[in-house]
Amino acid sequence: MPPLGHDLPEGPTFGVLAEFATPGELFRACERVRDAGYTLWDAHTPFPVHGLDRAMGMKRSVLPWIVLAMGLTGAAAGFALQTWVHSLGYPLVISGKPFFSWPAYVPVTFELGVLFGALGAVFGMLALNQLPMHYHPLFHSARFEKVTDDSFFVSIEVRDPRFDATATRRLLEDLGARHVEMVKS
Amino acid sequence: MSHRHDRLALLPEQVTLPPGHPWRRLGPIGAAVGAVGIVASAALGTSDPERFFFSWLVSFLFFWSLALGAFYFVLIHWAMQGGWGVVVRRIAEHVMATIPVLALLFVPVLFGMERLYPWAVPGAAAKDHLLHWKEPFLNVPFFVGRAAIYFACWSVLAWVWTRGSLSLDATGSRATAARLKRFSGPGVIVLALTQTFAAFDWIMSLEPHWYSTIFGVYVFAGSLVSGVALIALLAVLLERAGPLSDVFGAEHRHDLGKLLFAFTVFWAYIAFCQFFLIWYANIPEETVWYKVRLEGSWKAVSVLLVLGHFVVPFFYFMGRTVKRKATALAAGAVWMLLMHFLDIRWLVLPALHGAGAGFSVLDATTFLAIGGCFAGVVGWRMRRCALVPLRDPRLPESLSYESA
Repeated sequence: MPPLGHDLPEGPTFGVLAEFATPGELFRACERVRDAGYTLWDAHTPFPVHGLDRAMGMKRSVLPWIVLAMGLTGAAAGFALQTWVHSLGYPLVISGKPFFSWPAYVPVTFELGVLFGALGAVFGMLALNQLPMHYHPLFHSARFEKVTDDSFFVSIEVRDPRFDATATRRLLEDLGARHVEMVKS
Repeated sequence: MSHRHDRLALLPEQVTLPPGHPWRRLGPIGAAVGAVGIVASAALGTSDPERFFFSWLVSFLFFWSLALGAFYFVLIHWAMQGGWGVVVRRIAEHVMATIPVLALLFVPVLFGMERLYPWAVPGAAAKDHLLHWKEPFLNVPFFVGRAAIYFACWSVLAWVWTRGSLSLDATGSRATAARLKRFSGPGVIVLALTQTFAAFDWIMSLEPHWYSTIFGVYVFAGSLVSGVALIALLAVLLERAGPLSDVFGAEHRHDLGKLLFAFTVFWAYIAFCQFFLIWYANIPEETVWYKVRLEGSWKAVSVLLVLGHFVVPFFYFMGRTVKRKATALAAGAVWMLLMHFLDIRWLVLPALHGAGAGFSVLDATTFLAIGGCFAGVVGWRMRRCALVPLRDPRLPESLSYESA
C-alpha cells in the first residue's frame, strides 16, 4: 500500500526557491529582486548578513512606535493606579505626607513604563515576525534544510503581483542560483 | 608580517586644518576674548567682589565639567576598546587638555574663599557646632591642598593620554596603544574619586550644613551630558567646515546622540534619587537645600531644569532621525550645554542670594574670560596636529563604522 497522501492531487504552489552558494551572490541577487519590484519575497541565511536589509529594500520596523506606546501606557497606568489608591480608594496618611504625593509615585511609574515597554518590545517583535510559526511551506523543500548550514536562499511567493512562473524563475537563474525549484504550499 | 595594518588609513592632510582655514583663528580669537573677559571681570568685580567670585565660580565650574566630561569620554573609550568614536576622540582630547589652564583659572576662587564658603570665614567654626565638627575636613589649608592634588592628578592624566595619542600619530606603536589601554581603567577610578571630592569641596561646601552622598554622581552625570554635547557640537561644526567631512558622518552622530540620550536619562535618574530621598526623609538639615531652590524665581529654574534638562531632551533625542541629522543633533547639543550651564547656576548661586535667580554682567564677563581661554587652548591644539588620531589601531573600525 502506497504511503498515505501519495496520490492526492497537487496542491497550490507557495512560490519559487532559489539557492545561492555564497552570501555575496545572495546579496547581489537580493538587490536585483528588490529592483525588479517584488514585494512578497524573503531571503534565508545560516547567519546574519550585514546590510542585507538594505539590499532587500526593507522598510524600518514599526517596533519602536509599539514600544513607545506601550511604555507611555505603562507609565500612565502606574501613575493612575497609585493616584487612585492613595487619593481616592484608600486615603491613608503616610509619614505626614499629602494624599497626592506624586514624588512617591515616580519609582513605580518608571518601573511600569519599563515593564510595559519591554513586554511591547518582545511580543511586538514576535507578532511582527508572525511567530511562533510551527509550519512553513518552504520546509517541503529538501534542499532548504541547508539554510541552517551553508546555503543561502531567496524565496518569491506566487501571491506577489509581479510573480510569473517562467520569468521569475529565469530571473533567479540568471542571478547565478545553483538550484531553482517550485515549492508547494 | 603584513604591512596592511600599518598603513595610514587616512592621509594627514585630509584631516588637518589647511593654512588660512577659519578654524585656525579659534586659538588667537579665544585667547583675545579670554583676555578681554579677564580685564572686564576684574574691572567690574572691584565694585561687587562677592558677585564677582560667585560668577567666576559658576563659569569655572561650567568649563571644568566640560573638560572632565571629555576626559571620561577618552578614558572610557580606551578602557572599553571602543571603536566607533575614535574619529572624535582627538576633539575630546583637546577639550580635556584645557585642565592645566583651568587650574590657573581656579586661583581667583582661592582668593575669594571667605566670600564663597561660610566655613572659610575666620572664627566660623567656633560659633557653629556643625562647622566645628566638619573642621578637620573643611579648613582652608586642607581645601587648598586637596585642590592642588585634584589638579595635579588631572593634569598628569591628561598629559599621559594626549601625549600618548599624539605619539601614536607618528609611530602607530602597538605598545603605546596597549599601555594607554592598560592604565585607562585605574585612570577612570582616579578621575571619578577626585571629581566626587572636588564636587563636595567646590559646590556642596557652599552650603556647608547640607550634605548629600550622591552629589558627586550628580555632578559627574552633568559633566558627561555636557562633555558629550560639546564633542558632538564641535564634530558637527568641523564636519561642516570641511576637515572632518571625509571621516565623520551620520553613523558617528547617531552614537553620540545615543550617548547624549543615555546620559540625559542618567542625569535625571540621579537628580531624582537625590531629591526623592531627601523629600521622603524630610529632615530639615537636608530639605533646606531644596527649600531655597523651590522658592521665588529659583522655583521657575527648578521646573525649567526638570523640563529642559530631562523631559524635552528625553523625547527629542529618542528618535533615530534627530540623532543622525547634523543640524538637529547640533541644536540638541547646544540646548544641553545651555541647560547644563543653568544647572551649574542652580547649584551655586542660591548660596549667594536665596531670593532669586538674578543675572549680572559679571556672569557674562567671567563666562567670556574662562570660555575664551578654554576655546583658546582647544583652538591652539587643533592647529598643531591632525583632527583625528591618524594611526590609532581602531581608526579603520571607526571609519567604516555602522550604527545599528
